[in-house]
Amino acid sequence: MFDYFNPYRIFKINSTLQKIVFFCFIIVLSIGLVEALFLSPEDYLQKDSVRIMYVHVPAAWISLGIFSTIALLSFSVFVFKNKNLILISKSLAPSGILFTLIALVTGSIWGKPTWGTWWAWDARITSMLILFFFYTLYLLSFRIFEDQDRSNKISSIIAIFGAINIPIIKFSVDWWNTLHQPASISLTEKSAIHSSMLVPLVIMTAAFALFSVLIFLMKYNTELIKIKNKGLKRL
Amino acid sequence: MISDLLLMNGYGIYVWSSFAFTLVGFLSLYFIISLQLKKEQKRFEKNFSMLSDEKYNVAINQEIYKEILKNSGSKI
Repeated sequence: MFDYFNPYRIFKINSTLQKIVFFCFIIVLSIGLVEALFLSPEDYLQKDSVRIMYVHVPAAWISLGIFSTIALLSFSVFVFKNKNLILISKSLAPSGILFTLIALVTGSIWGKPTWGTWWAWDARITSMLILFFFYTLYLLSFRIFEDQDRSNKISSIIAIFGAINIPIIKFSVDWWNTLHQPASISLTEKSAIHSSMLVPLVIMTAAFALFSVLIFLMKYNTELIKIKNKGLKRL
Repeated sequence: MISDLLLMNGYGIYVWSSFAFTLVGFLSLYFIISLQLKKEQKRFEKNFSMLSDEKYNVAINQEIYKEILKNSGSKI
């Protein structure tokens, strides 16, 4: 199974995929921006400020998805002892932290016209801020510890520990009284959001996902070349 | 009409700043990662060109090294 995680195989696929993903990302993002900014209707209550949803929600979804993946891969590192899983996790983190930051900042901007405040210590916002700190800690652990085995172990522990925060973010709107509304979109139930708003939301989510794939591919290759650079010295 | 699009009934400043922040974030991260990748490719090329003949013959036969050189556009 781990032959699929062979660095050479991934590097070769990555190099070819980068251009295709970049091209797809530009097209999907362009369509998404036109839909989100010009074609989608305004909300009856929030008016045009609802358009912020098209960057805020996909960013929050993807940041959660990436951290969940990192946590799962980090757990697998302890089980399977495969160092390439660390490399994959490490390459996912930069886009994850960016999406968390985008979710926090755009959420803050959206909060001003909607709730009348830039920031509130509400359960969803606070748990997202904690996620941002976990991402920061995760990335810093690779820089702080010079010993690679130690940094791998500590970063994995941070990711696994941080995974506790994921269900808290997801269910915070159900568990506590928060300024955020409960989820409007569910995989199992009919969506509470009209298709004229759902379509741009899905397109923007696809664009954001493509961007995170693009950054992952580039970062993975960078990290792999870094390792091979060290390998050259040891030849 | 253009001013309507920009102003968005008074919400323009919030909507445009959110989209601008997102796009600037995308561009910044893309350029940072691109620079890191190019830097590592150049360092790799430099280290590779400094290998002794014996080490060069060992390295050039490894698929991963060949692929890295191919992707960095190296003529080594």
